[in-house]
Amino acid sequence: MAQIFTYITHKGGVADDTALELAAAAKKIDAGAAVTAIVTGTGSDLDAVCNDVAASYSEVWKIDNPALAYPNAEAVRKALINILPAGAILLLPHDTFGMDLGPGLSIKTNSAFVADVADIEGTDGTTLKLVRQEFSGQVSTHVTCDASAGAILNIRPGVCKADESKSAGGKVVDKSGNAGDLKAGRKFLEMVQAEVGDVDITKSDVLVSVGRGIEEQDNIEIAKELAEAMGADLSCSRPIVDAKWMEKSRQVGTSGQTVKPKVYMAMGISGSFQHLGGIKGSPYMIAVNKNPKAPIFQVADVGIVANILEFMPELTEKIKEL
Amino acid sequence: MEILVCVKRVPDTSENEIAVNSDGTDIDRDDLVYSVNEWDNYAVEEAIQIVDRVGGKVTVVAVGDDESEEVLRREMAMGAHEGLLLSDDAFAGSDGKGIATILKAAVEKGKYDLVLTGAQADAGAGQVGGMLAAMLDQPYASLVNKIEVIDDKTLKVGREIEGGNQEMNEIQMPCVLSIQTGINEPRYVGIRGIRKVASVEIPVLGASDLGVSSDAVGAAAAKVKVQDYFVPQLGAGAEMLEGSTEEIIDKLIELLKAKGGLK
Repeated sequence: MAQIFTYITHKGGVADDTALELAAAAKKIDAGAAVTAIVTGTGSDLDAVCNDVAASYSEVWKIDNPALAYPNAEAVRKALINILPAGAILLLPHDTFGMDLGPGLSIKTNSAFVADVADIEGTDGTTLKLVRQEFSGQVSTHVTCDASAGAILNIRPGVCKADESKSAGGKVVDKSGNAGDLKAGRKFLEMVQAEVGDVDITKSDVLVSVGRGIEEQDNIEIAKELAEAMGADLSCSRPIVDAKWMEKSRQVGTSGQTVKPKVYMAMGISGSFQHLGGIKGSPYMIAVNKNPKAPIFQVADVGIVANILEFMPELTEKIKEL
Repeated sequence: MEILVCVKRVPDTSENEIAVNSDGTDIDRDDLVYSVNEWDNYAVEEAIQIVDRVGGKVTVVAVGDDESEEVLRREMAMGAHEGLLLSDDAFAGSDGKGIATILKAAVEKGKYDLVLTGAQADAGAGQVGGMLAAMLDQPYASLVNKIEVIDDKTLKVGREIEGGNQEMNEIQMPCVLSIQTGINEPRYVGIRGIRKVASVEIPVLGASDLGVSSDAVGAAAAKVKVQDYFVPQLGAGAEMLEGSTEEIIDKLIELLKAKGGLK
């Protein structure tokens, strides 16, 4: 089996949760593999991350370069092309950085690419057996990937249980000199922080959250009435913000807010992993959806198959009568 | 500015429940309603708005069979100036790299300052834009939710990253951008608009027209292959409340009270 590498994303000198998840994912490909973590960046933050992840990897390859102070996928790609051995398997997190880096890197290294891997079932020779999802999680697929000339796999965050054993005792190897010219056609300018809304849903105990099932802007009022009757706050999934029916600050999901309520009412939300990625702390989840096959029913505690536009007003009435 | 937007015809998930067919080889495609991939529609709208501001031309391109023509026409009714269909039996079964290979050949037949794709489509991979950019040796940015034209060589683009934050970048053209939903409000396309472009000719190019070797595309070249489809079992599954609406609501209120969901 080919040599396995992972790419560690980090911020403020702290490795992302995916650092240990990818170590576990690598073991699913080859339980006996000596896995190497690659960390790019610069200065003391980079050193802190390298030293931290060394406990979980056989080896850590450090690439220190001022051009990598902010993780610009194009510059990182150039560095990786120069240091990865031919035929390597590289695991990336399927986040906004991994999505930027993975596809193009696979072309430049002439390796296979699989996006958003939800599970790794094993290998058959140089063929990787993987699980993915399509149609926002409504169906899953078994996928084979010919890794004979190497592979880049973007692993969905949260699906591999982090390897917390910290027993690898790896050493940090400085590969900075091998990174080559990192000049890029894209330049990072600045980060624009998300706007703060009128309600901070990250602090709400109870959320009534609406998705596509609300159908029309005018129907938001129906959900608002339910939230008021319950003493809950109103939140939503991405399509509602895309349609400009609610403020971005009320969007739950990886591209919105991360919430940790006690009770979460998913009303007309199908339950894509990006949405579920924004719900932490295992709230009691109630899902109402007219599609009995909606993925949300697999993760909710209680499910009701109904049209939310009919169900919510009746529930509101009953709660008001209490 | 010359802009090429890559679009895909996909089953419309807001109109269909997606189910697996009886032998698990595909989704059940009987009676599916198809439409343009939602992300691509935002990309076309963005291209039209850019050209409205700075001048130029928008071309929409799709890889697919004859039925993809209808999707191209819909986007032309929105305001795209030209359509281009890339169609060949040799393209069937292509993986992401195969599709990018076909699109690269089409890009090289034109002279585009900017190529846009949707950030993802029905398979949720989000890979074709990044692959295409790498093949063309052009800069790339994914998940773009803002485009500002600085001059005829430079764009300022915002990427939607975790937590609703926006990463601002300067990028040199020619380049490839994958467009995130919510970047704009795609215009409505009426039946009249569709009729207007009903007779516009859409050129169809095959593998030999594009100079694409049939070894480089299609099922035989694909390193990544879907073996079967199944319905995922992520967790234990919800306890489904059944009965009359009144019974369901009574039960639900009990549960809400017990879990602290009512104040």
